[in-house]
Amino acid sequence: MSFQTFIFYAFAAILVFAGLRVITTRNPVHAALWLVLSFFSAAGVWLLLQAEFLAIALVLVYVGAVMVLFLFVVMMLDVNFDKLRERFKSYIPVAATVGILVLVEMTLVLVGGYLGGERTVAPPASAAGYSNTKTLGLQIYTDYAYPFEIAAMILLVAIIAAIALTHRRRRETKHQNPAEQVRVRRDDRLRILNIPAEKREP
Amino acid sequence: MSLLSQPTLSHYLILGAILFAISVIGIFLNRRNVLIMLMAIELMLLAVNLNFIAFSRFLGDTAGQVFVFFILTVAAAESAIGLAILVLLFRNIGSIDIEEMGRLKG
Repeated sequence: MSFQTFIFYAFAAILVFAGLRVITTRNPVHAALWLVLSFFSAAGVWLLLQAEFLAIALVLVYVGAVMVLFLFVVMMLDVNFDKLRERFKSYIPVAATVGILVLVEMTLVLVGGYLGGERTVAPPASAAGYSNTKTLGLQIYTDYAYPFEIAAMILLVAIIAAIALTHRRRRETKHQNPAEQVRVRRDDRLRILNIPAEKREP
Repeated sequence: MSLLSQPTLSHYLILGAILFAISVIGIFLNRRNVLIMLMAIELMLLAVNLNFIAFSRFLGDTAGQVFVFFILTVAAAESAIGLAILVLLFRNIGSIDIEEMGRLKG
């Protein structure tokens, strides 16, 4: 067993174990942290598959941004998570049935299509000067330029949607309205009263 | 194919299938907790991405990696909007239980 093979099995075992802990742990903060571990191990497996750019992107984008977002939300919400797990055990039979069905179906597809085929032999490792990032960049900015722009658009829409959904105007904060300030007229602010002067009694 | 041999395409596909099945089970187990459900969906997308990258490596075509790039983008957008909706839900009904969502009534 070569070192690479050992690395694959180690990362795969950690990945499966962390995935199991994500769905069974009691505390959602722990679930988020186990998910971080599974993303890290998946990045390791991707490195074995020579997808260096995506492995780093997974660590930066998911572990660095998305999981922090999850942790923020978990800590912001004051939820009684034990109440949500009251009937956890009663869901096990249907979950196991569906999970095993999915696994069996996938195994059937794999056995029918790919197991034992000649395509399962790994191609040789790439040459010394090969750059995964450069290849991906060339493809994204030439062949996939329009999908790339659509992806940027999707991110923009997501930003606007997230802000529009969670933004709320606080009633107690004091703020200025420049439009009203500019539009103000003299009559709105100044009132001249005609008060007759009183004569002092002699 | 012996069990602990050099990893081939099937090894990666089986790992992806196991991960996908785990996340499907997770969605059913935590079907009252939207937060864990979102995490299970992230795990599911990870399994799909693993399959994409394995095929990209073994067929020698980088298009699979480009698709993983796009899936990562869409998944990030999805989780951001999903968490925003979750926060909004919590503000309105004070819980993230799916069964309490019926109280929203449109």
